[in-house]
Order: sequence, then C-alpha cells, then structure tokens
Amino acid sequence: MNIVRSHVLVCGGTGCTSSNSPEIIKQFNKELDKRGLSDEVKVIQTGCFGLCALGPIVIVYPEGSFYSMVKPEDVEEIVEEHILKGRIVKRLLYEGDLKEAKVATSLNDTNFYKKQKRIALRNCGVIDPENIDEYIANDGYQALAKVLTQMTPEEVIDTITASGLRGRGGAGFPTGRKWAFAAKEDNPVKYVCCNADEGDPGAFMDRSLLEGDPHSIIEAMAIAGYAIGAHQGYVYVRAEYPIAVKRLQIAIRQAREYGFLGEDIFGTGFNFDLDVRLGAGAFVCGEETALMRSIEGHRGEPRPRPPFPAVKGLFDKPTILNNVETYANVPWIINNGPEAFASIGTEKSKGTKVFALGGKITNTGLVEIPMGTTLREVIEEIGGGVPNGKKFKAAQTGGPSGGCIPESLIDTPMDFESLAAVGSIMGSGGLIVMDEDNCMVDIAKFFLQFTVDESCGKCTPCRIGMRRLLELVDKITSGNGTLEDIELTEQLCYHIKENSLCGLGQTAPNPVLSTLQHFRDEYIAHVVDKRCPAGVCKNLLRYQILAEKCIGCTSCARVCPVGAISGEVKKPHTIDTSKCIKCGACMEKCKFGAIVKN
Amino acid sequence: MKKSIEELNAIRERMKQTIQMRSDNSNNVRVVVGMATCGIAAGARPVLAAFVDEVNRRQLKNVTVAQTGCIGVCRLEPIVEIYEPGKEKVTYVKVDENKARMIVAEHLVNQRVIEEYTIGAAK
Repeated sequence: MNIVRSHVLVCGGTGCTSSNSPEIIKQFNKELDKRGLSDEVKVIQTGCFGLCALGPIVIVYPEGSFYSMVKPEDVEEIVEEHILKGRIVKRLLYEGDLKEAKVATSLNDTNFYKKQKRIALRNCGVIDPENIDEYIANDGYQALAKVLTQMTPEEVIDTITASGLRGRGGAGFPTGRKWAFAAKEDNPVKYVCCNADEGDPGAFMDRSLLEGDPHSIIEAMAIAGYAIGAHQGYVYVRAEYPIAVKRLQIAIRQAREYGFLGEDIFGTGFNFDLDVRLGAGAFVCGEETALMRSIEGHRGEPRPRPPFPAVKGLFDKPTILNNVETYANVPWIINNGPEAFASIGTEKSKGTKVFALGGKITNTGLVEIPMGTTLREVIEEIGGGVPNGKKFKAAQTGGPSGGCIPESLIDTPMDFESLAAVGSIMGSGGLIVMDEDNCMVDIAKFFLQFTVDESCGKCTPCRIGMRRLLELVDKITSGNGTLEDIELTEQLCYHIKENSLCGLGQTAPNPVLSTLQHFRDEYIAHVVDKRCPAGVCKNLLRYQILAEKCIGCTSCARVCPVGAISGEVKKPHTIDTSKCIKCGACMEKCKFGAIVKN
Repeated sequence: MKKSIEELNAIRERMKQTIQMRSDNSNNVRVVVGMATCGIAAGARPVLAAFVDEVNRRQLKNVTVAQTGCIGVCRLEPIVEIYEPGKEKVTYVKVDENKARMIVAEHLVNQRVIEEYTIGAAK
C-alpha cells in the first residue's frame, strides 16, 4: 500500500539552508525510515515561506502545523509525536496566533500572512521547485498553453498592458509598453532576457522566487517570446546564488523534457529556448545595457540610451529585459485575467510587490503586499514591529539607489508614486528598517561605500564624483566636517545625478540626498556639536565613567584592550579618552551601568 | 517526452490531489483520526490510510484527512471525528477499513450520517 497521508514541507531557500535545513530533511527521512513511515509521509523541500528570521521552517500537512526554528535534534520528536501519534509538538509551533488555537487554524490568519497577497510568490513554500509536476498541479504552463493556442501576440501584449503591470526591478516602466516596442521591430531575431542580477544589499526577492518557483519564470519568458516574436531567452543570474542557479537549471531541463521549451511547443509551431548566463556579481550588471554587454561576453559596462534595448539590445537585436518578479506575475495575469490583477493596488501601481524585510524588524523575511499598503502596516503588523522595545526611526527602500522614509511619514502608501513623492523609490524591494540606534549619516556612508566599490568607472561623474562624495561624508562622520561641507555634499549629489551615464550613478547619491532631506539635523549635529546622536560614529564617541555609579570593581579596567582605564580598587575609575579606541568592551562588562557613551 | 495540452491537463488533475493536502482552507471538511498509542494499537493506521485512499480515489475536493492524539475514549478506538463547517461534529467509533470506506461514501458523498457507527450507538 502506498498512500501518502502527510506532507512534511521543509524550507530549502537560502536563508533556511544556511540554518541547516538540509540536515533536517536528512533527519526526517532517517526517522521516517526507522519507523516504516517512508511510504506514508512525503518530505518535500520547498522554496521560501517568508519568515526567514524564524528558520528553518517546517510545515506538516494536512494539519498545517507551522514549526519554526527547528533543529535537527527536534526531528525525532516531531516524527514520534506528531506524525506517528498525531500530537502536535506545541513547543516548536510558530509563536504567532497559532499556538493558542485549539484546532489547527489556517496560516493565512496569522498577522504575518493576513495582510499579504501572494501572487508572485504563489508557489513559494507550497510546491517542490525541483518537481515540474507540482508546478503543473497549481495551473503551471496553462498560461503558456492558452497563449499559444488561443491568443495572438497582440492580444498577449494588450492583456499585459491592461493589467497595469509595471517593472518590478525598480524603475516601474509599464511592461506591456516595453513588450509592444520590441514587438513592433521588424527583425527575425529577437531576444527575451531576465534580470536576476539582484545586487542591492539586503534584497533577496529574486533569489527566493528563482529558488521557490523557477518554472513560473520559464513559462513567463516563453510567453514573452511569443508576444514579441523571439525564440531565444537568457536568464542573467548572479553566480552567488548557487541554489537559485541549480533549481533554474533543473527546471529548464524538465521543461525541455516535457516540450515546454524547444521546438514546436504544444504542436503550435512556436519555438523557444532558454539559457542561463552567470554574472560575476558586479552591481552595474543589473543595469540593462551593461547586463546585455555581459551576456555578449564583454566587460559589463553601460552605454548611453537611446537606442533602447527594445530597438537595439542584445547582440544589437531587439530585446526585452524584465525583472524576475515582473515575470512571476505574468502567468497569473494570463490565467486570471488582467482585470483581476488591475483590481489590486492603487490607481497607478497595480498588483502586489514583494519586499525583503531586513534590519531592525522582528519578522525578517519576505512579504508580498498589495500596492498601496502603508509602511506602518508592513512594519508594525506584518513585520511584527521593531524588536527590543526600540523606537522606529526610518525605513530604507530601494537600496543604494533609494532613500529613507522617516517616522513622520510612516503612513506613506507603498507604491511607485507615493514613495517617489517622499524622496525614496520603490526599488527592487529591499526594505531595511532602522531604529534609534542607527545613525543616518552612517547609513548614507554605508551605501556610498557600496556604490563607490561598484562603480564601473566608465564615466567621470560616477567614478570620481562618488569618491569625492564619500570623502566628504567620511569627513563629516569623523567630526572634521563644516557646514560648508554639507552644502558642498548636496551640490555634488545633484551634479552626479545629472551627469552620470547610467542608472547606477544617476541614483547613487539618493541615500545622501534623502537623509539630508529628512535628517539634516543629524548631519548638523556631526559638524557643529561634533556629536553622533545615535552613538554610532566612532570618532565622535566618548566613553565616560559616572563616578557616582562606579564602585571600583575593576572589571572594566581588566577588559580594556588598550589599558585606557585606570583607578584604585573600590574607587571610581576614569577613562583616558586619548588612549580609548571606543570598542565598547568596558560598557558591556560593567554591571552597574556606570559607563555611558555620548 | 514531449507533452501535449491534454497530457498537461492530465498531469494537473493527477497532481492536484497531491497538492490539495497543502491548501490552508479552513472551510474544508476535516476527517480526524485518533492516532495516539491507543488508536494505533486498535488499528487506526489502516483506517487512516483507507480514508486517504478513498478520498483520493473519489477525488473529493475540500476534504482534509488529518490525525490527532488521544480523543479520550480509548476503549472505543479507532475513533474518527468529522468536522463539517457549520455542523455539529460527528464521532465514529470502532472504525475499521471497511467502515472507513463506507463513511466516506455515505457521510462525505451522500451527506448521510451512519448512525449505527457513531458514539451514540456504542455500548
């Protein structure tokens, strides 16, 4: 008898993999085997469930028990208690609302999932990404079949246009229009490309999509190929995403076996094939012209536009390039109709957006929300708020090209227009939360260091301008800045934005500009008061011992690596600030709260 | 092997049953089998398998077959409870494989509770 009565889903995304989920799968198989349950219970490795902070995640169906932070040694208990005896292991259940519920409630009722709407992520954490049949079970390749047999290329483009889908890579260009430009070109050779060169620090939407649902990207690219008249596609994915690359390659092989890629797909005479190209991790290769140069085998450097890729792109042929998340929406739109998609979101930003929540937030992970959901809902409800009772200070969206949204604007709806209006951008979906302990000047400096490293060097404003900008901000954080430096910084930002060749340089000063806009007082505190309000910038820090609280236990003096603390036993100690390297070891050691930094 | 659209649809139908277990639909009818030591000792394991098999074979949608711990009336195991949204739960006792298949046919398909199998009829 071979009847599967239970499914154990173990997250195999990068987050959970790094917290040892492969070992958990191994343990499950071992324990099930030991008890002769291997035929009854199926262990499935899926994609990201979204709650990466609580990984590794294991869900046991049909009960739908959501186990978080599972360790390999917990597996035996889950198998023995839950799978064998039907007793849910309460101590491992996700802390949310599920624990109190008597009957297994739906996961969708938890705060984390309640406000989410999963379209792009519809299959992530539900199916086995390495099994094409499971993708097919959830209507996979139905959209491709429908497009090839019932729709003309024009109808496909009209459908995408009507849905209001806009590019999810950051710029938000209408996808239907992009496709229409390429379709208009009269050329027998055209290309469809997918930008999976996700480079923003803190962003992992594209990686999780490729890991959790690679077939949806393949299906969408074939649809795009049919719409514009292309027969070859390339997925440009960074080599630092080994799991995503592996699953994508498995998926392409399976799709070829089933004839969903290759010649004469579904007997319609349409040919389309797909190849993977690995990027070496240069940030600039996420820029479309640089990405195409890189696929061609050249050094990844951008070139001026026009001509736009839709006219002259990869190998000088008409090309469309869309982001992973953009493609992930396409099969859903074809299957459910453009109206269904357009009914979600705001007037100008339709559908949903995936965000990678990171930084000072309880539920670090991946969320997909309808456009127009406010930042407050994302942070306080879905994200579970700022941990450790700290106060929310700002959220950074759009990575090195984006900006900060301060606490006063926390009710800003998350859509393309509203975010631009407050001086940030939607970007590809990284959302980094900062609390009162983060210095905004330091954050700006962090992103500047990133873009200075990643500038390709082709144009002067970016190559030299960004370095000068970093030097200026560095001067400010080290306490040597003047008010004139702040003005100069601002001017230089505008100069770089206006004169850079590509999107990298044109947006690189944004983190500085937006922090100057919303947190100018912090910059001023650094140059006028020579003080870092958040206590981050080392050069401006000063550790001090409060004489009235110090009992002279000497533990600080013993832990100080440079011998900067002196004093007699049982008498208040003092710190020699000229010797102090501001490592903070003394403050950590002091049990009496006698050491303060300011 | 190249697949036609018909074959694609066939795979979808076949696999839908498999995937269905993972839907988080709280409106599902829930068939819960007591699978504590007492239940297993009394033969709950084949009963559970029979339920899963019968539900799959009949391609019943919106039915979840789950297991639970000790229900408390160990002498009447194997016990199966059926929760239908908006209805009072029905508790079947001393279920075996044949009864399980009957319950699926009568209760889940024909919407008729088999009174003589329920706890009310037990002595």
